[in-house]
Amino acid sequence: MNATLTGPTLAVLLIVAPLVLAIAAFLAPRFAGRFGFVNAALMPAAAAGLLAAVAESPLSYALGDWGAPLGIRLYADSLSGILLLATAVILACVTVHARGYFARSAIRSSFWPLVLFLHAALNGIFLSADVFNLYVALELLSLAAVALVALGNEAAAVAAAFRYLLASLVASLSYLLGVSLLYHGYGTLDLALLAEPGRHGAFPWAALALMTAGLAIKGALFPVHFWLPRAHAEAPAPVSALLSALVVKAPLYVLLRLWIGPFADVPQAVGELLGLLGCAAILWGSVQALRQERLKLLVAYSTVAQIGYLFLFFPLARATAVLDAVALFVLAHALAKAAMFLAAGNILACLGHDRIKELDRVAGRLPVSLAAFGVAGACLMGMPPSGNFVAKWLLVAAAFESGEWGWSLVVIAGSLLSAGYVFRVVGHAFTPEQAREGGAAISASMSVTPFLLALLALLLGLIAAPLVELVDSPLPGAATVVGR
Amino acid sequence: MSWPELMPLLVLASSFVPGLIIFALPEDSHVLRSTLNIGGATVKLLLVAWMIWKAGAGVHYEFRTELLPGLDFVLRSDELALFFVGLSALLWLVTTIYAVGYLEDSPHRSRFFGFFSICVTATVGAALAGNLLTFLIFYELLTLSTYPLVVHRETDEARRAGRVYLAYTLSGGALATLGTLWLYYVTGTLDFATGGFVAPFVPAHTGTLAGIFAVLVAGIGVKAALVPLHGWLPRAMIAPAPVSALLHAVAVVKVGAFGLVRLVFDVYGVGVTSSQGLAQGLAVVAAITILYGSLRALAQSNLKRLLAYSTVSQLSFIALGAALGSPVAATGGIVHLVHQGLMKVTLFFAAGNLAVTLGIHEIRDLRGVGRRMPWTMAAFTLCAFGMIGVPPLAGFVTKWTIGVGALDGDMGWAVWILVASSVLNALYFLPILYSAWFATPLSVWPEERSFPRAETSLVLLLPTLFTAGAALIVGLFASAPYSPLEWTQLIVGKYFRP
Amino acid sequence: MSAPLLYALVGVALFCMALHWVIACADPLRRILAVNVMSSGVFLVLVALARRVPGPSPDPVPHAMVITGIVVAVSATALAIVLASRMRSGAAGR
Repeated sequence: MNATLTGPTLAVLLIVAPLVLAIAAFLAPRFAGRFGFVNAALMPAAAAGLLAAVAESPLSYALGDWGAPLGIRLYADSLSGILLLATAVILACVTVHARGYFARSAIRSSFWPLVLFLHAALNGIFLSADVFNLYVALELLSLAAVALVALGNEAAAVAAAFRYLLASLVASLSYLLGVSLLYHGYGTLDLALLAEPGRHGAFPWAALALMTAGLAIKGALFPVHFWLPRAHAEAPAPVSALLSALVVKAPLYVLLRLWIGPFADVPQAVGELLGLLGCAAILWGSVQALRQERLKLLVAYSTVAQIGYLFLFFPLARATAVLDAVALFVLAHALAKAAMFLAAGNILACLGHDRIKELDRVAGRLPVSLAAFGVAGACLMGMPPSGNFVAKWLLVAAAFESGEWGWSLVVIAGSLLSAGYVFRVVGHAFTPEQAREGGAAISASMSVTPFLLALLALLLGLIAAPLVELVDSPLPGAATVVGR
Repeated sequence: MSWPELMPLLVLASSFVPGLIIFALPEDSHVLRSTLNIGGATVKLLLVAWMIWKAGAGVHYEFRTELLPGLDFVLRSDELALFFVGLSALLWLVTTIYAVGYLEDSPHRSRFFGFFSICVTATVGAALAGNLLTFLIFYELLTLSTYPLVVHRETDEARRAGRVYLAYTLSGGALATLGTLWLYYVTGTLDFATGGFVAPFVPAHTGTLAGIFAVLVAGIGVKAALVPLHGWLPRAMIAPAPVSALLHAVAVVKVGAFGLVRLVFDVYGVGVTSSQGLAQGLAVVAAITILYGSLRALAQSNLKRLLAYSTVSQLSFIALGAALGSPVAATGGIVHLVHQGLMKVTLFFAAGNLAVTLGIHEIRDLRGVGRRMPWTMAAFTLCAFGMIGVPPLAGFVTKWTIGVGALDGDMGWAVWILVASSVLNALYFLPILYSAWFATPLSVWPEERSFPRAETSLVLLLPTLFTAGAALIVGLFASAPYSPLEWTQLIVGKYFRP
Repeated sequence: MSAPLLYALVGVALFCMALHWVIACADPLRRILAVNVMSSGVFLVLVALARRVPGPSPDPVPHAMVITGIVVAVSATALAIVLASRMRSGAAGR
C-alpha cells in the first residue's frame, strides 16, 4: 500500500522538481548553483525511492486522472528505475565537478538552468508511457543539450551546436512522422496498448523505419553519428560528460522500449541490419579514436564506438540475457565515459590544451585525474570486474545462445581496439617528467569526482547479479494501472 | 561471514591493501613504504603457511560469491593452489627486499611498489581461483598491473616494450575470455574439478571442445610464452631486475604455466586430453618452445636477453610435463613451477647485482667477474648448473622425473628433447661461467660502485644467496618429507587416482 | 484517391523535399527554413490522417499533437536562429 502511495509522488517529483529548479535558477542566476546542488542532493534519493517502489511490480500513473489518449501517463519499471538512479548519481557527480570547473566562468549562470532542464527531460523520457510524450521529452532534451554545447562559445562550439541541432530536429521530425503513421494504424499512442497482440493488421513498416531512423540519428549510430564527435568534443567538459554518458542513451532507451513492446515481432533481418551498423560503429569509432590528436575528440569517438555495442541488442533480441547485457552496458558506459570526460576536462583546464602528444607533464600534476582516466579506460576495455566486462560477457553469451557467434568476435575486437586508444593516453603517464610549472589549479573536488565515477564503473560488476535480477523481475508492459 | 571464508580474501588483502596505501605515499617516506611492503609480504607468508598447515589436516578454505547469475567468484585453497601460492608468497617477500635495495634513490618508487603489490595480489588470486572465470579476472588484472612495471624506466625503449607487452597479453586475455565463455556455453559450469569437468560433454561436442582447448591454450599460452606467442618476453627485459625476476619467476609467466596445468588437470582432465590427442598437441608445442628458446639464447650477447630466452625454454617443461599424460611426468612438470622459480629468480638477482655494482649488461663484460663478486657469481653458477640439469640440483630433479614419466607414458621422444635442451643449456651457460671465473678481468668495469661491507649491497646479496640456497636444498633433499617434490606427488596422486 | 490521403501524400512530399534542402544547403538560414517546411509536412500528415475514423467529426488527438508540435518547432527555430546569428557574428556574442 505504501509503495503505491509514494511511487506516483516520486515519479512526479522526478520530473517536476528539476523543472521548477530550472526556472528558479533562470530567474535568480545568483543562486543558480545552489539550485543545482539542491537537485543533486534530492534526485538520487527520489530515484532510489522510486526504484525500491517499482522493484516488485511496475508503476503506472495517469497524471490528474486524465487517461489515454489525451492524458499523460507515467510508467516506471525496474529498468527505468535503474536508469533514473544512474542519471541522478552521474548528474550529482557532474554538478560537484561543474562547480569547480565553472568557478570563474561567466557562463555558469546559463549552465545551471540548462542542466536542470536536461535532467527533467531525461527523467521525462525514462518515465513516459506513450510515444508522443517521448517525442516532446526528446525534443526538450535536444534543445537543452544543444544550448549546453553552445556554451563552449568559441566559433567551433557554436558551429558544432548548430549542426547538432539540425541533425536532432531532422531526427525528431522523422520520429514524429513515424508516430503519426503508427497512430493511424493502431489508433493509440500508449506503449503498453501498442504492444498488445492482434491490434493491427499489416506490420507498420513505414512507422518502424521512420522512428528507428530518427532515434538512430539522435543516438548517433554509425553512419549518422557525424554530428557527435565535434559536439561532444567542443562542449565544456561537464557538458561533454553528460552528453556522452546520458543524452545519447535516452533515444536508445526509447528504441529499446519500442523493440520489446510494439515492434517485438519485427523480422529478424531488421535486427541484423542494426547489428551490422553497430559493428561498423564499433570498428569505425575505435579506429577514428586511435587516429585523433586531441584527447576530447578521442573520447568522443570512443562514444561512437561504444554506442555500437548497444545496437548488438537488436540482432540478439530473442536471447535470454540480452536486455540485462544492454542495461548493464548503458550504466557501465555512462559511468566510465563521464569519468573520462571529466578527467579530460581537468587535463584541458590544467594544461590549457588537450593535444595528446603533449600530455607528458600531466602525470605528475594530475595523478588522480589520470588514474581516473586509466581506471575508466580499463572498464571500457572490458576488464573484469567492471560492469562493462559483465555486460560484454552476457552479450557474447547471448551471441552463442543465438548461434550467431560472429557478433562475439566484434565484441572482442572492439575491446582490443579500445585498449589501443586508452593506452595511447595512459602511456603518457610514463614519460620522463619535465618541470612542473604554470597551468591552472585543479580543485580537489574536480579531481575526486571523475575518480569516484571510474571506481563506480569498476565496481559495478560486483553488483551485477542483483542488478540483472532486478531488470529481469517484472515483465515490461505488464503494467498495473494505479490512480484511475 | 565466517573467518574460514575470509581466509583467502585476507591473503589477497595482505598485498592489495598495502599496495593501495603505497600509491598515496609521498616519494620520500622510505621507511613507511618499506615497512608496509615487507610487513604485507610477511603477513601473507604467515597466512599462507597457516593455510598449508591446515590443508595437511584436510581443511580447505573457500570464499564464494555470486558474480553473475549462475556464475560465482570462487577462491579456494586446494593443494595445487597452495603449492603455487606458497611459492609466490615466499618469492614475493624475497623479491620485495631485493627491490627495496635495488630501487633506492630511483624516482617513482610509490608508483612502482604500488603496482608491484597489486601484481602479486593478482598472482595469488590466479593461484587461488576456484573456477576459470575467477582465474580470468586475475589474469587480466595481472596484465594491467605489470604494464607500469615494464615501462618503469620511462625510456622510449621501455615504452615500446610496454606496448608490445600489452598487445600480446591483452590479445591473449581476449582469447582466453572467448574460450572461457564458449566452454561455459557448452558445459554450463566453469568450476575446477579434480579430473576435469568436460568429460561428459566429449561425445556430443568432440570437435567444439578441441577447438575451445586450442583457443584457451593460445590465450593462456601468451603469458606462458609458448612459441610463437613469446615475443613480448625478451622485449620486456628492459624493465628493472626485480621486475624481471617477478615476470620470469613469480608472476606473469608462472600464472600462464599454472593456467595450462589447471586447464589440463582441472578443466579437461588427463583422461580427455590424452584420449582426444589434445595433450599430445600441447606437448609438441612445448617441445618446440623448449628447443627454440634455447637456440635463440645461444645467439644473445646481452645477459638479461639470454636469461629471457632461457625462461621461454625452461618454462615449457611445466607444460611438457603436464601434457605427457603420466603421473610421474606431471610431477616433474608441476614441481618445476618451484624449481624454475627459485633458479630463475636467482639468475636475475645475480644479473641485477652485476648491473648495479659494476654496470655489466653485456656478456663480454663478464670476463673475470668471479673474482670481483664471488658470492654473486657462485649463486649464478649454482643455478646455471641447475638449469643445465647437473645432478643433484633442482633442474636435474625436474628433467629426470619428466624423462622417467615420458618413458612411462610411451612418449619416448620427449627424452630426446630433454637431452637436447641440456646440451643447449650447457652451450650457452658454460662459456659465460668459464669467462666469469677463468678469464682475465678487464682493467676497468663499465660503471663501478663500491660497497663497504661486501662485494655489493647486502640488501641485494642476501636475497640472491637465499634463493640460490633454496634451489640447492630443494634439489638435494628432493625426496625428503615436505619437499616440493613430495608435495607434488601428493597433488598428482589425486589426479591420477583410478 | 480520397482527399485525406492526398493531403497526407503532399505532406510526405514536403517532408522529403525539405529534407533534401537541409542536407544540400550550406546557408544556415535556408536550412532553418527547410526544417520548418519539414515540420509543416509532418503536421499536414497528422491533420490529414485525423480523419481515420468514419463519421462527422475528426479524431481530436492528432490535432493536439500538432499544436504541441508547433510549440516545439517554434522554440527550436528560435534556438537555431540564435546559433545562426552567433555564427555569423563570429561567435563573439558574449
